[in-house]
Amino acid sequence: MIRFEPRGPSSVSRMLGVSIAAAVAALLLAAIPMAFAGLSVFEGYSLMVKGAFGSLFAFTEMLTRATPLILTGLAVAVAFRAKLWNIGAEGQLYAGALAAVAVGTGVISAPPYVLIPIVIVAGALAGGLVMLGPTLLKTRLGVDEVVTTLLLNFIILLFVQMMLEGPMKDPMGMGWPQSEPILDAAALPKLMDRMRIHWGLVIALVASLGVYFLLKRTVWGFEIRAVGENAAAARHAGIPVTATFIRVGLLSGALAGLAGVGEVAGLKGYLTADLSPGFGYSGIVVAMLAGLSPAGVVLAALFIASIFVGADSMSRATGVSNYLADLIVAMALLCVLVSGLFLRFKIRFVGSQTNQEAAE
Amino acid sequence: MTDILDILISANFWAAALRIATPLIFGVIGALVCERAGVLNLGIEGIFTAGAMAGWMAVWLGAGLWGGVLVAAMAGAFFGLIHAILTVPLGLSQHVSGIGVTLFATSLSYFIYRTALPDVSSPPRIEAFKPLDIPGLSDLPFLGPALFQQTPLTFLALLLVAVTAYVLYRTPLGLAIQAVGDNPAAVESQGLSVYAIRIGTVVAGSAIMALGGAFLTMSAFDAFFFGMVNGRGWICIALTVFASWRPGKALIGALLFGAFDAFQVRLQTEVGSFIPGQVFLMMPYLLSIAALIVVARRADYPRALLVPYFRGQR
Repeated sequence: MIRFEPRGPSSVSRMLGVSIAAAVAALLLAAIPMAFAGLSVFEGYSLMVKGAFGSLFAFTEMLTRATPLILTGLAVAVAFRAKLWNIGAEGQLYAGALAAVAVGTGVISAPPYVLIPIVIVAGALAGGLVMLGPTLLKTRLGVDEVVTTLLLNFIILLFVQMMLEGPMKDPMGMGWPQSEPILDAAALPKLMDRMRIHWGLVIALVASLGVYFLLKRTVWGFEIRAVGENAAAARHAGIPVTATFIRVGLLSGALAGLAGVGEVAGLKGYLTADLSPGFGYSGIVVAMLAGLSPAGVVLAALFIASIFVGADSMSRATGVSNYLADLIVAMALLCVLVSGLFLRFKIRFVGSQTNQEAAE
Repeated sequence: MTDILDILISANFWAAALRIATPLIFGVIGALVCERAGVLNLGIEGIFTAGAMAGWMAVWLGAGLWGGVLVAAMAGAFFGLIHAILTVPLGLSQHVSGIGVTLFATSLSYFIYRTALPDVSSPPRIEAFKPLDIPGLSDLPFLGPALFQQTPLTFLALLLVAVTAYVLYRTPLGLAIQAVGDNPAAVESQGLSVYAIRIGTVVAGSAIMALGGAFLTMSAFDAFFFGMVNGRGWICIALTVFASWRPGKALIGALLFGAFDAFQVRLQTEVGSFIPGQVFLMMPYLLSIAALIVVARRADYPRALLVPYFRGQR
């Protein structure tokens, strides 16, 4: 039989090894659906690699796709660290985007160095406030935050659609339900000419550094980790558990809100109801693949982004559905969950139970 | 005011309420069975999608309607087995595993659908279940049209409520399921396998959930669409708490929910010109959150819910 024996804290190299093993396992498993679609694995992956890394344009597209994933990945990682199950990054992203559009399309006119910070803060604030609701319901009334955050995703998306068909609709939009364009002074500048890559990436990288220092070097970070390890023990030790949950909820929502700001003010320039192809949900995979570590989130987001961008390009070349990317990403989550066992436990294959008892 | 009364006493209204409630009945029964054994199954949203797709595709390929129902249930059982293995013997996070199963089942369903039908503009329709016209009963005033003009899947859902209640409360198996959800160590000391009971229950519960998805393609819409499940699975998780993990209350909760939804659809035709349609579409989700808040203080969760059990410990 198999025995799980608990292990002490894990080294960085072992954590990295486990995540890479999970990613490789997911890529190998994807050979089955690829074969089902009549695509040879070698051809499929070489097209995907080319699509994500084959040219400067491809590479910047991959980085552009990674930008929101870093932020939603951080949002999930911070929340899961405290065992606050925020599955609502998708909705918080839309809330951030909506707020960015609300302040960035002409209500306020100011030079870029004033307006851009306003747009960023508004988006972060909106995302944080959306997550505040489920957090307070959890701490005050004991309402499970998993279900409330999940349901809020649908509510917020409908709210966005309502605004885009109503008060925030672009009168020049030829009848399409989309917002007015973001002012030039409110838009995040591009990082390179003729490429779509924008300053959102810098924001995302700074955010991951910030979260790293918060978790590693500050009292709040210590409290977050302590609450996540064991909330009851943390309360006993005098850690303000409720306040910690609220801080984590606000931070997590704000990070997801920033992802929305980047997409709307850095990439698209206006808001539509199909802004996010599930960045909030992919953020869960990013965070888990990263072992909930902020530095890992950046690497995992690059991996997931290259799967998505590579699969899009593979799909255009071969006609094989790009839902393959979602499938690989979903399998990566299941694989990393299983491979995480190797971090927490030594797995021993031992003889039958009676032999074991006899040996003892 | 009289308008509202007119709606509430019309048989069509209650027929619609029962129709809307049917997938939720399957979902809530499936979810509460899993949770009674101590396993939260957030795979439900994906299992709905898989059931909808698998059932539809089986019928489309010529398996017949009941063949489709069987295939849907097997698809649900398959994803339930994945969730069960990850969470029961391996003891992994039920939250993350459930979300993983949802992402996996959803993307696999979409991928298979797209691969089988690479370029269709309108989803192919199937000959779905017809309302079951029971001579005599269907002609009863009020009750007849409301109850006896539903498709066979609705009757299957109602039957499942009774069967689940019977199994849970009246059979040794049901007592064992409740016990592994409350006090697994005690079950182990009776010489029963906690793992076997939990895995079996999650697989069965997931098969039941998948029937809720199958209802969508095989009774309600006659075709498969992307995003057609649209949060129904999550609503079922909320309704499970609302129903205090009891099959009878689950039926009442799902019916109330269906009635409210049918009511707001009718209200929409009255006042739809003043209020944007999205407000009405939000209602089911808002109502689910409200239902959670109402029962939060006195929710009596199965005591071992979310707690992995490891043999030989404690």
